[in-house]
Amino acid sequence: MTEMLIQARGLTKTYGDFVAVDGIDFDVAKGESFGFLGPNGAGKSTTMRIIGATSVRTSGTLTILGKDPEVNGPQIRAHLGVVPQQDNLDNELTVSENIFIYGRYFGLSSSFINKKIPELLEFAQLEEKKDTKVEALSGGMKRRLTIARSLVSEPDILMLDEPTTGLDPQARHILWDRLFRLKEQGVTLLITTHYMDEAEQLCDRLIVMDRGKIMAEDSPAQLIKTYSTKEVLEVRFGSDRNQEMVEVLRPLADRIEVLPDRILLYATDGEQLLEQITAKGIHPNTSLVRRSSLEDVFLRLTGRSLVE
Amino acid sequence: MSTNIRKVSRFGSFHIAEARIRNMAKWSGIILFAAVVNPALYLVSIGIGVGSLVDANNGVNGVSYLTFLAPALLASAAIQGSSDEVIFPVMDGFKWNRTFFGMRSTPITARQISLGVFLAAMFRTVVSVVIYWIVLYFFGALESGTAWLAMPAALLAGAAMGAVMLALAAKIENENFFFTLVGRFVMIPMFLFSGTFYPLTQMPIFLQFFGWISPLWHATELGRYLTYDYPLSGLQLSIHICVLASMIVIGLFLSARIFHKRLEK
Repeated sequence: MTEMLIQARGLTKTYGDFVAVDGIDFDVAKGESFGFLGPNGAGKSTTMRIIGATSVRTSGTLTILGKDPEVNGPQIRAHLGVVPQQDNLDNELTVSENIFIYGRYFGLSSSFINKKIPELLEFAQLEEKKDTKVEALSGGMKRRLTIARSLVSEPDILMLDEPTTGLDPQARHILWDRLFRLKEQGVTLLITTHYMDEAEQLCDRLIVMDRGKIMAEDSPAQLIKTYSTKEVLEVRFGSDRNQEMVEVLRPLADRIEVLPDRILLYATDGEQLLEQITAKGIHPNTSLVRRSSLEDVFLRLTGRSLVE
Repeated sequence: MSTNIRKVSRFGSFHIAEARIRNMAKWSGIILFAAVVNPALYLVSIGIGVGSLVDANNGVNGVSYLTFLAPALLASAAIQGSSDEVIFPVMDGFKWNRTFFGMRSTPITARQISLGVFLAAMFRTVVSVVIYWIVLYFFGALESGTAWLAMPAALLAGAAMGAVMLALAAKIENENFFFTLVGRFVMIPMFLFSGTFYPLTQMPIFLQFFGWISPLWHATELGRYLTYDYPLSGLQLSIHICVLASMIVIGLFLSARIFHKRLEK
């Protein structure tokens, strides 16, 4: 049987009347790359903070590495690597110093940390910046340093909260590559994201969250298979004509979603559907056939887009 | 696994202090420069300028004005040093760079973070006080054989104010409000109304009240008692020590609670 590192049952967190996390259940197995996908405010970060043993749950049960975070906070945190949504590096200190002091917080010896630093700098591609003050680093470099720093204690679980938010596309790809390497090494990853491509790239399994609840749980491919068609045809008729075209198009597609700027038609074969439409003398301003994504899953489950 | 949870639970606050001191080291030039130049400016302008007038009238408490002033200046430097070294790191840790949240995601606890910041501030305070004392010595402000005892009295003031400021800086989340409040309504009045430049008893009784609640006054009284024949009864002595000690204990206790609350979100 696979070893479960995290088990949550009826996990709930409320702030006054506001229910941030609403009775969710999930398990994370050792070596798994597990994602929380949902829009801002879905309760992902709150869930992460509870798992990270820095926020106390309101109710439900939670076991991390066999322990309860409410009772064994420091013991659990000793085995976690945490990459928060907002970097919290010490800007006055150098890259190496940041890793060093962080290692000290885990009770690591200076000799152990000093041996570890070159390895982490190489992983984060920051060897040349080791004596540079953090202040002078780019956003992508800071993120990579935050990840490198979180690995100094050789954690059993690495938690990443929105790891690539605010990064440019190139910096994102570098970061994904680094995370993929960790995944290959068998590190258990916990990732929150509101980017469907990130979830698809990095997660073996994920839960789709909205308003504190779990809407679905599966592998990205299986979620798409269950909740969407193979392909999507996106058509635009101009914002004033989209609405009137919906009724005409509805019988042709398996399912239809209307967004402010375009209409999404779900079908097994997108090209074929487009041909059918044009054969009926309907000519959209633009059309695009693409593979279904987690964005479509989310749309189907909640009726809303991930990024609003 | 090389993480050592027992070591962290025992020495966590020292690891935080270590990080803070590394951070301070980046500012060591400015810190040391201020530690030397500040006392020199005070001693030249007030000590010698005002002092020559006072000494022409037989000094204060039967000693030279510099001797009278020295413990107060030393305690005030300790207070300034410890306050600076808790206020800015607290603003930085919770708000500007959010470094405390990084510390908090390790086995370190909120209480250890607050204590670590305090310990590092005390380290800086010791350095400042020793330098200040040496400058005082060269200005001839320290005549008696027990003059060095002004240092522990000043450190006690620094610790008391540091602990209280730690709690206050953590509690008040709006830094603009905080700096206005502390700068204008705490630091300057305290410096002026704590019997720093003349005995507190020169003031009308309702203004003496400021001295009674000021760590600067309590430490100055102690320092004067320890460095020359300034008379204090056993009761007065114990009150001064008790007030300063309670500020340390209460300040640290409240800080730990406030830190915990703010880092728990």
